[in-house]
Amino acid sequence: MGSGGHPEEAKTTYREAMREALREALRADERVFLMGEDVGRYGGCFGVSLGLLEEFGPDRVRDTPLSESAFVGAGIGAALAGMRPIVEIMTVNFSLLALDQILNNAATLLHMSGGQLPVPLVIRMTTGAGRQLAAQHSHSLEGWYAHIPGIRVLAPATIEDARHMLAPALADPDPVLIFEHGSLYNAVGELAPPAAPVDLDHAAIRRPGTDISLITYGGSLPKALTAADELAAEGISAEVIDLRTLRPLDDATIAASVARTHRVVIVDEAWRTGSLAAEISARIAEQSFYELDAPVERVCSAEVPIPYARRLEEAALPQSADIVSAAHRAVD
Amino acid sequence: MAEFTMPSLGADMDEGTLQEWLVGPGDLVHKGDPVAVVETAKSTIEVECFETGTMGKLLVAPGTTVPVGTALALIEPTAEEPKGREKRRKAEKAEEKRPAGPAPKHAAHPAQPESARVTVPSDVHGLRHIEAGPLLRHLAERSGIELETLQGSGPGGRITRTDVEQAVAATGAAAPPSRLRVSPFARRLAAELDVDLAAVAGTGKDGAVRADDVRRAAPGPTTTAAPPRHVAAAARPSEDRASTMRQAIAGLMARANRDIPHYYLSTTVDMATAMDWLREHNRRSPVGERLLPAALLLKAAALAAREVPELNGIWTEDRFTAGDGVHLGVAVSLRGGGLVAPALRDADTLELPRLMTALKDLVARARTGRLRGSEVSGPTITVTNLGDQGVETVFGVIYPPQVALVGFGRVTDRPCAVDGLLGVRPVVTATLSADHRATDGAVGARYLTAVDRLLQKPEEL
Repeated sequence: MGSGGHPEEAKTTYREAMREALREALRADERVFLMGEDVGRYGGCFGVSLGLLEEFGPDRVRDTPLSESAFVGAGIGAALAGMRPIVEIMTVNFSLLALDQILNNAATLLHMSGGQLPVPLVIRMTTGAGRQLAAQHSHSLEGWYAHIPGIRVLAPATIEDARHMLAPALADPDPVLIFEHGSLYNAVGELAPPAAPVDLDHAAIRRPGTDISLITYGGSLPKALTAADELAAEGISAEVIDLRTLRPLDDATIAASVARTHRVVIVDEAWRTGSLAAEISARIAEQSFYELDAPVERVCSAEVPIPYARRLEEAALPQSADIVSAAHRAVD
Repeated sequence: MAEFTMPSLGADMDEGTLQEWLVGPGDLVHKGDPVAVVETAKSTIEVECFETGTMGKLLVAPGTTVPVGTALALIEPTAEEPKGREKRRKAEKAEEKRPAGPAPKHAAHPAQPESARVTVPSDVHGLRHIEAGPLLRHLAERSGIELETLQGSGPGGRITRTDVEQAVAATGAAAPPSRLRVSPFARRLAAELDVDLAAVAGTGKDGAVRADDVRRAAPGPTTTAAPPRHVAAAARPSEDRASTMRQAIAGLMARANRDIPHYYLSTTVDMATAMDWLREHNRRSPVGERLLPAALLLKAAALAAREVPELNGIWTEDRFTAGDGVHLGVAVSLRGGGLVAPALRDADTLELPRLMTALKDLVARARTGRLRGSEVSGPTITVTNLGDQGVETVFGVIYPPQVALVGFGRVTDRPCAVDGLLGVRPVVTATLSADHRATDGAVGARYLTAVDRLLQKPEEL
């Protein structure tokens, strides 16, 4: 566990939990280093790496030029050379500049080299909207990455996962992408000591229920939990599933939940068309058709570039009220 | 209307005798269902139909010999209109009452001259042959238009798509019979709870039937996702019959292996006498009355169950209740997977030929999914005979709440010591899986010994 001596009592934030995870990783393994735009002197665009440069020095916390393709490529090279790089990309929108490196190199080299060149690389980036950062900083493109075989895609939605997902991600011999929803950094909570290391292969049931399954991940989890509270007040027992790992998807947990509740709402901040929500719907149709008592409902973002204006941004994003009404459509 | 004709069951077959109808007018038949038994020069064969639809008129009475190609019955290729079917069924029934004749098994058949070899005049079915492609037939079927009633405007009087569409417009029959809106889970639940979906009022969107509606309509206590009451409850045709049945079997067999402490016994029965007797009997009998070894095995199993009543009955509430007769469950595997084990009621009292007929009847109806309630409920002991599948020994799982399952393998020639000499004899392995809560091995041994003894005197079976 981290500093302080009494972590089980400490209030912490998602941001601090992430920083603590980085600190732990840097301490634990000489091969680990962090690089990205402004991660050093500025302390990271979202303040995650604040103080790490002072603690670990410029060799291990490296500021990079504004060139995603270059520094992600450098990360891949370092990983091939035996290092354990953690690369930070400011937002998923910018990561598209490095998509060629991620898809054509990181995700592909192991296969193309006949198993000789694993790429033990971790890439962290923010995703999602809700902070009035307008279209170029607000999209949820993790579903695009979840499309790619050869990489693992994580979406820590809780402080615990922010704190404890990095270590198993670094231990994975293949490239791992971690998507941190921007609206979660300020989330405050107590960090309970982990019962077990985070299991990257399984979704988590954040709230058990019997009437409907709310399937979600990342920044939409708090909204789904709020919706579940509202539904509970109306006597509808909603089960909330946090996918945690977007690739590979945990089909078994989803199917087991659908078998209990027979109704599903998928909450995904990405656009509906061709989304992860679409993939999950298809899997439910494939695997749990005879369990369904209502059409699968999806709550996704409006299919527009995310607006800057606050009201418009709110209107474009899935909100708990939308989740509640979708649940009503399925249950009533 | 499609014709169901006397098939050619071999290159040298030019006529056949219709022995038995396995279905009656109004019965729903599916492609591949056996609908009639035909005796040829060589054997008796269950004939399957190539249409899905409703059996119309039976044109040929049992016992009649007709040339290959003769229409035996009409099948109306519709399946989706319960109302129409009901009407037809009534119409057929009214028609059936008229001809006097021997009471047939399933339904009345039109009276036919008793003499063999009747050429059915072509106007019996009174329908002209319609040339129409699958699309037209589909269109017509969906709109409830009978192609036979249309005047074709195409080349050579052929019916065109426009003809059908005009007829649809003219009759106002445009609205195709609306499909029942049922959620997949509700459909599954209905099959498990034995609920007729057509009678359930849906409360979902656009009147869709949902799980709660089915539970409300289900008889008895409405627990959520009640386990199927009996394997055979799923035996009626339904869209997801296979998966429902798999689940029912899964539940039942898991329960059997979880709850029942099985003990297993096995013995090898010398079948030489029985097979000799069977050969002799079959040589003297007409093809239709010939017996299969299975008949002897089943009869012996039933008689032995009467002798050892401790194995014939059910185990409920921690105690054994003896059966009120030997109702011999017969495990029947179904096309497309799954199995049912309906009962031959009072099998120990049936004469062998009667047992043979009853077995054939039972198997045919099990496979067409039309078993009677009395058969699916209440077997007191079950036999699984995997001999025709080629295995030598079967150790079965007891069907709860029964307490014993008898297994027979293939009758096969084996080296065998008889009177101190090695000879080749036909033998069969008889096994017993029994519930150790109800009986002990000694009782089971008594049973298998009885089976062996009974099979040594086939003439007394």
